[in-house]
Amino acid sequence: MLRIPCPYCGPRDETEFAYGGEAHIARPQNPATTTDADWADFLFMRKNPKGRHRERWMHARGCRQWFNVERDTVTHQIVTVYRMGEPPPETPR
Amino acid sequence: MKSYSIFSLLRNALSYHQNWQAAWRSPEPKPAYDVIIVGGGGHGLATAYYLAKEHGITNVAVLEKGWLGGGNTGRNTTIVRSNYLWDESARLYEHSLKLWEGLSQDLNFNVMFSQRGVLNLAHNLHDLRELQRRVSAIRLNGIDSEILNVEQVKEMVPILNCSPDSRYPVLGASLQRRGGVARHDAVAWGFARAADARGIDIIQNCEVTGIRRDGDRVLGVETTRGFMAAPKVACVTAGHSSVLAAMAGLRLPIESHPLQALVSEPIKPILHTVVMSAAVHVYVSQSDKGELVLGAGIDAYTSYAQRGSLSVIEEIMASTVTLFPIFSRLKMMRSWGGIVDVCPDASPIIGKTPIRGLYFNCGWGTGGFKATPGSGHVFAHTIARDEPHPLNAPYALDRFANGSLIDEHGAAAVAH
Amino acid sequence: MSTQPFRLPRGGRIDRARPHRFIFNGRAYSGYAGDTLAAALLANGIHLVGRSFKYHRPRGIVTAGVEEPNALVQLGVGARSEPNLRATQCELYDGLIATSQNCWPSLRFDLGAINDRLARFLPAGFYYKTFMWPPSAWMQYEHAIRRMAGLGTAPEERDSDRYDKRLVHCDVLVVGAGPAGLAAALAAGRTGARVILADEQVEFGGSLLSGSAEIDGRPALDWVARATAELDWMAEAKLLRRATVFGYYDHNYLAIVERVADHLANPGEREPRQRLWKVRARQVVLATGAIERPLIFRDNDRPGIMLAGAARAYAHRYAAVPGRRTVVFTNNDSAYAAALDLIEAGGPVTTLIDIRAEPQGELADAVRAHGVEVIGGSAIVATSGRHRVKGVEVMRLTPDGTGVAGPVKYRDCDVVCMSGGWTPAVHLFSQSRGTLAYDSTHGCFVPSRAAQATHVAGICNGAWTLAECLRQGFTAGTAAARAAGFVEVAAAAAPPAPEPTATPPRILWAVPSDRAGTTSKHFVDFQNDVTVADIQLAAREGYRSVEHVKRYTTSGMGTDQGKLGNIPALGVLSDVLAADLPSLGTTTFRPPYTPVSFGALTGRDIDALADPIRVTPMHDWHVANGAIFEDVGQWKRPHFYPRAGETMRAAVDREVTAARTAVGILDASTLGKIDIQGPDAVTLLNRIYTNGWTTLEAARCRYGLMLKDDGMVIDDGVTTRLAPDHFHMTTTTGNAARVLGWLEEWVQTEWPDLRVYMASVTEQWAVATLSGPRARDVLAAAGTDLDLAPTAFPSQSMRQGAVAGMPARVFRVSFTGELSYEVNVPARCGGALWEALIAAGAPFGITPYGTEAMHVLRAEKGFIIVGQETDGTVTPLDLGLDRLVSKTKDFIGKRALLRPDTQRSDRKQLVGLLTEDPNEVLPEGAQIVVERRPEPPMPMIGHVTSSYFSPTLGRSIALALIVGGRARHGETLCVPLLGKTVKVEVAESCFYDRDGARANG
Repeated sequence: MLRIPCPYCGPRDETEFAYGGEAHIARPQNPATTTDADWADFLFMRKNPKGRHRERWMHARGCRQWFNVERDTVTHQIVTVYRMGEPPPETPR
Repeated sequence: MKSYSIFSLLRNALSYHQNWQAAWRSPEPKPAYDVIIVGGGGHGLATAYYLAKEHGITNVAVLEKGWLGGGNTGRNTTIVRSNYLWDESARLYEHSLKLWEGLSQDLNFNVMFSQRGVLNLAHNLHDLRELQRRVSAIRLNGIDSEILNVEQVKEMVPILNCSPDSRYPVLGASLQRRGGVARHDAVAWGFARAADARGIDIIQNCEVTGIRRDGDRVLGVETTRGFMAAPKVACVTAGHSSVLAAMAGLRLPIESHPLQALVSEPIKPILHTVVMSAAVHVYVSQSDKGELVLGAGIDAYTSYAQRGSLSVIEEIMASTVTLFPIFSRLKMMRSWGGIVDVCPDASPIIGKTPIRGLYFNCGWGTGGFKATPGSGHVFAHTIARDEPHPLNAPYALDRFANGSLIDEHGAAAVAH
Repeated sequence: MSTQPFRLPRGGRIDRARPHRFIFNGRAYSGYAGDTLAAALLANGIHLVGRSFKYHRPRGIVTAGVEEPNALVQLGVGARSEPNLRATQCELYDGLIATSQNCWPSLRFDLGAINDRLARFLPAGFYYKTFMWPPSAWMQYEHAIRRMAGLGTAPEERDSDRYDKRLVHCDVLVVGAGPAGLAAALAAGRTGARVILADEQVEFGGSLLSGSAEIDGRPALDWVARATAELDWMAEAKLLRRATVFGYYDHNYLAIVERVADHLANPGEREPRQRLWKVRARQVVLATGAIERPLIFRDNDRPGIMLAGAARAYAHRYAAVPGRRTVVFTNNDSAYAAALDLIEAGGPVTTLIDIRAEPQGELADAVRAHGVEVIGGSAIVATSGRHRVKGVEVMRLTPDGTGVAGPVKYRDCDVVCMSGGWTPAVHLFSQSRGTLAYDSTHGCFVPSRAAQATHVAGICNGAWTLAECLRQGFTAGTAAARAAGFVEVAAAAAPPAPEPTATPPRILWAVPSDRAGTTSKHFVDFQNDVTVADIQLAAREGYRSVEHVKRYTTSGMGTDQGKLGNIPALGVLSDVLAADLPSLGTTTFRPPYTPVSFGALTGRDIDALADPIRVTPMHDWHVANGAIFEDVGQWKRPHFYPRAGETMRAAVDREVTAARTAVGILDASTLGKIDIQGPDAVTLLNRIYTNGWTTLEAARCRYGLMLKDDGMVIDDGVTTRLAPDHFHMTTTTGNAARVLGWLEEWVQTEWPDLRVYMASVTEQWAVATLSGPRARDVLAAAGTDLDLAPTAFPSQSMRQGAVAGMPARVFRVSFTGELSYEVNVPARCGGALWEALIAAGAPFGITPYGTEAMHVLRAEKGFIIVGQETDGTVTPLDLGLDRLVSKTKDFIGKRALLRPDTQRSDRKQLVGLLTEDPNEVLPEGAQIVVERRPEPPMPMIGHVTSSYFSPTLGRSIALALIVGGRARHGETLCVPLLGKTVKVEVAESCFYDRDGARANG
């Protein structure tokens, strides 16, 4: 049971949150001119790293705000959280 | 390979079992192979076995970073069935089920494939409609499947709460009688022994750390035991597929999630078939040792930790005890987690990659065990001929670009 | 009833004033309050309690705690019956009924014991090598195997007990209330930190309860009492007894099961049977103690052979001596202390056999002073006695310990106390992902590096003396409190305790015998009957990884989870492979530490509380009027309203006909409703829906389709512009939450520049839909200030006003094809509105209709239901809804519609189907073929998505998704069913009133 520090509400149990997958996947600016391969890349391809992962969470049973989390997918340690639109903070490795 | 039988067992008993030979060798790795298979789980070992048996390719190494069958092969709830909706899936899983039906004899290793039937419950009208659709399709694909009404379900599983007042009333079920369970470890060991007997090198404790390539052609793999060259490298590393793909500079449409399972303490037989409920994420059977084997839904987040959250266990317990009220005083004895590769359409990827000589077999999500022999069989074909078997042609990686997905979300008992 | 011949005349922590009667295997016995079932059995001279899993060997009580592999019983009867309970942990209560498991016809004479005679043919993994012929026979073999397997039996009735859960936070959670844990709790508690101290036993004290140790020159239990009293007095300390911490999860989240009422003969109504505590702890101190190991010698499993520490506990804590002639067999000092305690308590010890060569020093002298024969450098090579050990054979060990030599000494006995050293209980530490290090002196793993905010103290951390345990406890408690932000007021010093000089143990994993190579059995795992020979066989056959050995032999897979056997099994394996033990690694420790009931994990979340049930404000009326309900998501919706004696078909026909010819009323409150406001609301709708919204005027309604970015339909519904910047969106019942989440996600993550806000208002509005030619009349009769004239209130528009005196939003939109008004009122008015409309509609023949009639009505019109006509693989083009797909603007999913696969002309498309026989109603879900072949497989081209008898048309109708369907109009296709084939003609998907005159009139 992860304990996730919501940047708006403070630390809460994982069961209050919804997971949103990899963060910082830019939707192509002009879908109509994007190739099928690039479109598939946007829709489906994921880094899925073993280790540090920047990902999106939403405080579904709380403030319902989306935000970003940097988390280690092996230790489950949460390194940092930051709001949508903010650049990822530099984090010590 | 010395054959296993009741006679060999009796003969060896006379010598106090001192003379059994090792089930597989532990060879030193060679500098080069015709094919290197990365991943010594059921699918990888089956691939090796069928490469040798069906295609005569025996200069093959199976590289396993830990112990054989230590990934999802040894961590799943062992359900085998082929009751899939779409033609592509039905054919692939039925191909596999047919191989299961003769597997113990083929491998000369009892994998304890028990065709005790698989029930999928319907709890509302929508479930029932979906079951009927599925059963209708499965039957027309020539695969056994039938619809049971609630009385028939109750007769088959008297301990199931079929009361109309239940929170999850049972309106009916589909039944695949040829489905069932198998002994998961035995599948890895049986394939390993049979592959080894055909000359394939099985190398444990050998982790692949890099994939060497020349432009768009694969040259071999870097490992913790040195470089091994091969014109063909096949990755069958469920859970870690994205990690292997990254070594080759590829990205896959895959996310790795924890999938938890648990067993109860052993009790005398009370459940003689496999019961699944997609709506409430329960799947349960009773092992030959007497343990109830229960699977959970996947944890929401990605993880490589083979570990999940207690809340997921609590949820399946609530559903399970609601469906089976007499389970309340039984006890959870062990719980564990695996790492499953989840694809966006809940169907696997089996085939070639943009890099020549590099093949991937991954993305089986929560349901790979049942496909073990079939997956190995068609993957071996793909590697040997450098083109997919007709059964796995629809499972190419490029389906994500052209949109021809095989959406099997309804097929798993697990919400993705 | 028998007396208690092995009960000591005094001593023990039992209450002799409170005798308890109990039944074991049908016979009555007595014990005392404070006994465990195992203690009471031993007091009555009973060692034989159970049978082993595989060979059905007679087995006795080995331990005095959670690690017990043998003494498993079925406890209780009826709904409270429970299998596989450890007699060593069952607190005795008056009237307790226990039965041995896995034996037939009786414990003493068990037919299953034939397996023991056949053991030679049943080595580890034998089943992988046989039962393969004939191929079809496995199911029969399996049936027989299954009947032999299993231990106890599941209850046959629903559990009559309740379970509870509690979620708590604390600063310091201390696990284990032995000397180290108590010390840690004291140190942490004195800083004012919120402390939880949990221990699995009935009282605090841990190992101190079972021995005669001293602290500060006084009996250690005095210190325990003082410490407990001090903790009790602390306002912020929570003390949990009978509470096993069984799981250590991520981010310092631990799970505890508290056995609240298991020890009571008559559990009260108010307390649950068990309570699951879920604790989020800032800091954790693990003081989980250690578990004594057996010695792995030949036939080490006979009843009467038990751990030395356990014998000591029975004598000292329960005043029950295990026997009259005790032989001790050890490789370490602790068994000497146990022997002394046993003697002091009144249990005679005759012989002590030590694997170590020359037993010297204080302990040896003290034992000898009691007349005990001490035999050094020797080992038990055989034991005798079937239902109870009768004697042991002893031989000298060769210097390297791999063999035995010399004459055989025979010693009579009725109890053998063994000690193979101690294994720190690192289970929770390892679960927390802490790493372990191997202590080769003591032959065990100890905690190395913590992975979470974890401190370790006491013998589980390799503190082998009481004094060191206390010191570590105080240090860990102080450090944990400090890390949680609390500073001690006065430095807490550990009280002094003796620190005897120790002679290190001699680790000898498999104790040799003079009969090696025969069928002799040295048990490593008692419950699952795994022997040294099994492990050797596994290694010989190539199963050399720890996990392979475990899985091949089943060692450590029993209900005791290998607490006794795992380390010895590793040791034996390291001997076989001639490998360093630590290089083999350990198997991974996973929750739970001890088995946990499903009931505790479920808590109250079963039956009606397993998932919330949602009902509308009109629900009571539906119930009162005989509605049959269907579950739609969490909602209860009226499916139909049968009248007395009416079949479902007749009721639905009547309801449909009423809506077509007079007026029907539907409870549509479950429809998802989202309030959307802001200057950019219309921009959001333009991007989310496939069609355009800019031109929609205020008070007008429009139907919209929503796609995922892969181009597949996920939802549909009518959205109304209430004001230029204000919209009322409706969604399908099942998707309401998902759609709100979908909008929020896009707005927050992709388009944060949009000034738009939304909220779910599903439960704020109750909705009654009037549908049918007399709908307008009913609305007028109910009383409204709205001008209902078609020109004043046209189709696809909304008006706000009063209906039957209630504030209402009325939407003139139709899902039936008839003139329809969806009357929305505040939820609290729902019941009143419904009754007002029913009353006003009576003269017009108003008929409540359920979801089934609604489905028929919409299917007659060819309207889709998302989730029925769609399944996540259907595009708007497939549905023939091209007109709703904007060519001019971008929207979510548009790009995907341009991919080759979504452009195919042979995709499955929505069509209508008419059966040749108008009375034949196709089953929904039925697959469609061009031509039925005699045998499957046959290619399928689609399936029936909806199918009903239409009373309006007087015939059956169906909707279907069919490959290239729209080009097939007029074609005849086949629907193969069980035993027959139904011919169908492909038709338009709209069967009734194609130009929509009725709804728009």
